[in-house]
Amino acid sequence: MTAKVTVEDVERVAELAHLELAPEETGRMLRDLNAILDYVAELNELDTSGVAPLAQVSELENAGAAQPRADQVAPSLQRAAVMQQAPETDQAFFKVPKVIER
Amino acid sequence: MNRPARQRGERRSQEGERLATEVRTDESYVQKPKAIAALRAEIAAGRTKAADLAASYYARIETLNPRLNVYLTLTKERALAQAARIDAMAAKGDPLPPLAGIPVGIKDVLVMQGAPSTAGSKILQGYCPPYDCTAVAKLEAAGAVLLGKLNCDEFAMGSSNENSAYGPVRNPVDPERVPGGSSGGSAAAVASNLAVAAFGTDTGGSIRQPASFCGVVGVLPTYGRVSRYGLIAFASSLDRIGPLAASVRDAATLLSIIAGHDPKDATSSPAPVEDYAAESDKPAAGLRIGVPAEYFAEGLDPEVRAAIEKGIASLQAAGCTVKPVSLPHTKYAVPTYYLVATAEASANLARFDGVRYGYRSPSSATLSGMYSHSRDEGFGAEVKRRIFLGTYALSAGYYDAYYLKAQKVRRLLAEEFLRAFAEVDAIVTPTSPFPAFKLGEKTGDPLAMYLADIYTVTASLAGICGVTVPCGTTKAGLPVGMQVLARHFGESTAFRVARAVEGAGIEVQGK
Repeated sequence: MTAKVTVEDVERVAELAHLELAPEETGRMLRDLNAILDYVAELNELDTSGVAPLAQVSELENAGAAQPRADQVAPSLQRAAVMQQAPETDQAFFKVPKVIER
Repeated sequence: MNRPARQRGERRSQEGERLATEVRTDESYVQKPKAIAALRAEIAAGRTKAADLAASYYARIETLNPRLNVYLTLTKERALAQAARIDAMAAKGDPLPPLAGIPVGIKDVLVMQGAPSTAGSKILQGYCPPYDCTAVAKLEAAGAVLLGKLNCDEFAMGSSNENSAYGPVRNPVDPERVPGGSSGGSAAAVASNLAVAAFGTDTGGSIRQPASFCGVVGVLPTYGRVSRYGLIAFASSLDRIGPLAASVRDAATLLSIIAGHDPKDATSSPAPVEDYAAESDKPAAGLRIGVPAEYFAEGLDPEVRAAIEKGIASLQAAGCTVKPVSLPHTKYAVPTYYLVATAEASANLARFDGVRYGYRSPSSATLSGMYSHSRDEGFGAEVKRRIFLGTYALSAGYYDAYYLKAQKVRRLLAEEFLRAFAEVDAIVTPTSPFPAFKLGEKTGDPLAMYLADIYTVTASLAGICGVTVPCGTTKAGLPVGMQVLARHFGESTAFRVARAVEGAGIEVQGK
């Protein structure tokens, strides 16, 4: 947990997260990430062997989580209303820049 | 804690101590809204028209919003139509719903059909969702008049409201100071009477901290108590919707309206919804109150400490038993929170890709370029920082060391609360280690800003509920909030304790 983030790490994470950083942003991100990761390294003080990860808290609640709903067909949002909010559509589908070169 | 980070935190908290003794500016927009029950009675009796009430709120908003930047969007047409419906019902003598004619504001991360919902982000500029958030729909069904959408930190990420793409909200108590965040607009709206009540979201303290900075009541409901359907997600295992109001009773009234199971949110609980207002009327006498020493350690502003100690004394005077409790993992909560929350955020915010809604960059001819340019141009610096941290913590080779480790510590934190609640009915702490700070004071240092959440992220991780209630002020007149925490679905207990503190009328420390 003490690994230092490098410029290459920042570039790799940028690719994973689909974020394109300007060169001046990369330097700042590198500095901030290293400072934050240094700080969270404090968790290493704790021995968590044998502790199960807690992903969500409803397992702890007395009242418990809701039962799954019945699997029934029900109306959903109107396609036209949804499409209206998209940057580019042909009414039926979302349009994006060409993916495959012909 | 790593050395440089600790030193940075210490330096900041010392600055906080100095600031607290500074005299604040005289410019103030604080005005207390009337109680919901009183307003409803006026409307039912025909003494006040819901339409006139809404119009008077819009007039006040027009005057004050240019200075405070509380509202991003006004939903006048919808509000006035609802007010007219209520007035027609009142004129006919029909029974009125519980929030008949009550003007409320909605944080911009909660969607309202047809109204721009930006989540404080440029990437959602102009987005008008085709559906209502469940909490919003329930409020309207209960007669509330929805005035508009309230400013907040971008995607609810921030502790000062300075991360909004639409400019910071100013604190009505002192406009040179932040209102807290991320529900800064919601807290400021109630404090300045630009709404009778407001709704916010709390992922790591985003209702409680701004409520305490602005001197209002804020509620963190138990995880699962309120449906998250229509909440623009930040961190799904932590996000909650809750009310901010001028009194504990009003906040309790509002929680009963929005709580309950919703088929559209599988994590919403079927636990019965109580009449929290009636429950809050019960005296706190006999309740066992825990005070954790970990929340009164180094870094706590001495004036905040003094105010909270007065609040604890008032609980003793009200017949509560006060005893120490131990929550030894508290100091690990902020690093745990910032790993869990950012990991979840990196997944949730993947949906903003310029395809289905929001901003699309015109500057790329390829699909992957369109994704990354849209996100780079659409997201602000803090959101990018959190997506980065979360993506890193989830990436191959680091998952076990960061994300999984944080989830394990999360269990330790949650179990520690369960053990404490075997001994006590409620736990009281300061809501924030310092009062409202000045605009720009912490913007250059993300870690210092994260440490502002030190007392609130614990309950977020554990899923328990809490209420922040005004508990005096500093010498400079800045509000102090006491956080009252209770076990899962223990809202009624938290409200009873908060009512006792509120009723004690903790004196200001003098100006």
